[in-house]
Amino acid sequence: MSTEAVPTVVIEPSEGWVSLKLRELWQYRELLYFLTWRDVQVRYKQTALGVAWAVLQPLLTMLIFSVVFGRLANLPSDGLPYPVFSFAALLPWQLFSGALTRAGTSLVGSANLLTKVYFPRLIIPFSAVAAGLVDFAIAFLVLIVLLAYYGITPGVEILWVPVLVLFALASALAVGLWLSALNVKYRDVQHLIPFLVMAWMYASPVAYSANLVPSGPWRLVYALNPMTGVIQGFRWALTGGPAPGQMILVSAVVVIVLLVGGLFYFRRMERVFADVV
Amino acid sequence: MSEPVITATNVGKRYRLGGSPSAYKTLRDTLAGAVRNGVSRKGEASAAPILWALRDVNFTVSPGDVLGIIGRNGAGKSTLLKVLSRVTTPTVGRVEMHGRVGSLLEVGTGFHPELTGRENVFLNGAIMGEKRADIRRKFDSIVAFAEVEKFVDTPVKHYSSGMYVRLAFAVAAFMELEILIVDEALAVGDAAFQKKCLGRMGEAAREGRTILFVSHSMPALENLCNRVLWIDHGSVVDDGDSRKVIAAYVESANKNVAPREVGVYSWEGHRRGTGEVQFGAFRLMNDSGEETHEFRMTETIVAEVEFEAHTEVESAVFSFSLLDATTQSVVTTWVGRRQVTPLAAGERGTFRIVLPENSLRARKYFFNLGVANEQNNDVPYDIWAGGGTEFFVGYPDELENLDLLVGHDSALVTLPVRTEIDIHA
Repeated sequence: MSTEAVPTVVIEPSEGWVSLKLRELWQYRELLYFLTWRDVQVRYKQTALGVAWAVLQPLLTMLIFSVVFGRLANLPSDGLPYPVFSFAALLPWQLFSGALTRAGTSLVGSANLLTKVYFPRLIIPFSAVAAGLVDFAIAFLVLIVLLAYYGITPGVEILWVPVLVLFALASALAVGLWLSALNVKYRDVQHLIPFLVMAWMYASPVAYSANLVPSGPWRLVYALNPMTGVIQGFRWALTGGPAPGQMILVSAVVVIVLLVGGLFYFRRMERVFADVV
Repeated sequence: MSEPVITATNVGKRYRLGGSPSAYKTLRDTLAGAVRNGVSRKGEASAAPILWALRDVNFTVSPGDVLGIIGRNGAGKSTLLKVLSRVTTPTVGRVEMHGRVGSLLEVGTGFHPELTGRENVFLNGAIMGEKRADIRRKFDSIVAFAEVEKFVDTPVKHYSSGMYVRLAFAVAAFMELEILIVDEALAVGDAAFQKKCLGRMGEAAREGRTILFVSHSMPALENLCNRVLWIDHGSVVDDGDSRKVIAAYVESANKNVAPREVGVYSWEGHRRGTGEVQFGAFRLMNDSGEETHEFRMTETIVAEVEFEAHTEVESAVFSFSLLDATTQSVVTTWVGRRQVTPLAAGERGTFRIVLPENSLRARKYFFNLGVANEQNNDVPYDIWAGGGTEFFVGYPDELENLDLLVGHDSALVTLPVRTEIDIHA
């Protein structure tokens, strides 16, 4: 046999806090790609409407919101037509909520993989989060059409959209990591998630404007919800207006703290996944 | 030859049983537990019963070794493989492995029914750590090996179970790894494909790869492995030459499984099997029902063997081969014409073989008797090869041309052949 360098694997009990092993995660990037791709491939298999669901879901929600909140409750919409106002918020929101829901239940859903093959477990929630991007991209095209219909031309701020998308995904991942690891041990989590998502939506400026929250310190407390920054940022990037810079800054700090904490918590719990799931 | 590829030192794995803190539980239980235990954090851990699934396991594996792992169900084999495949971490000890490790603890891990065969090959490869480019290069060989060329673009949910398993095994079989860990993956699929899989694993071993193979199939283990590790109650019982360890294991398994009243094993060297169904007393009788081991060519020979099922068996296949003293097979039901029956736990019966008169020639014969699972012939419940079943067939007393035959009669059997003579004028 050749003397080429073969990797050495050492298996030992892992105790206490462990490193994140992000390098190994990078080595398995193709698996991340394949699992994400599998989720995307499979999602609309054996449905009559297929990928149209990616458009229908935000569109129908937008219609309901427009009737209930726009017409009946007559909520202010920062001077925008209410359909545009809500649709621009629903896109990042549904990206986030879908990613959060999938990530939260991802480990338990992949129990057969966890108990049979080794790979960095972080791949599973990562791919669950990433799989929402395709739906988002399709719905985004609809948003462009909607903007054109109402004669709104996005400014150069639209270039911030990819950053805000990453921000939404990072938020979903940050929370999803905690939930997925907890769900392995406590199946309560999967019952909690739908409620959490619903409550979170009302805590985010999806149906209403963040400007309804009194400015000053309360606005910053409100921005502790990372989706506040993302959604306000999204509206701003597409329709202009004053930049919600301060809000995004606060949200970013929260997301980074949650994400780093979630990564370490996940890695710490990882060693018992296969035994407990 | 060189340094070991795998070195396991004092490996142990502990599980807590029952409603234990490590089994999944609801948040309420933890909260309730926390209240009960006050501030004492260690309180709840000590209450749960503890099981050491592995304890003080030590072994080394050299490059190119094919190591078989045997043991009863629950002996710790699967836990060991899980530790070696890094699915779970050991509680104590250390394993060092040199080389890329691929594990096949289950055939088709990660296969998605909605995806096509082609898509699943790439997905499954990626799960096992293969690069996309490598899979693409080997794709045709994988598909050809699995014999699913025509269906690569069909979703695997439409595959037969055989095709599914073949494709899944093929992906694993073509991985370029230094260490391959295989668990019972061959217990599925038809006999021909199992043979192919074993062949492929043998090939891999000759290429210098190291294989760890858990199986209940003693013939497969004996064929493939040069070394066998026998595990019981989480510890290594024996480790060494495969024939030797397997023989010791089978003997012990038979001893442990067999309640004493079912046939005493006076011919242990001729017996093997898992013991779910076991043969008991064997006897030979002539047409008038007298027990004997000596027959005339003109007599009917009746062989009977008693059996008892120790567990419920869905479909037991009874078969026999008749061999002569040179071990030349004379008659066999090993393929075709087999007797199949379901058996309940504790059920007893008799398997009877009737050899018609005037069929066997004069010489010494013996039986090989077998009872196995219909789906999986490689894991026999009991195989009784020879020992104690010998009998003699002699020429009839009134034979006229005795001198013509003795010493010249090399035929094996007499068939009801018709011969005629036509004289053309």
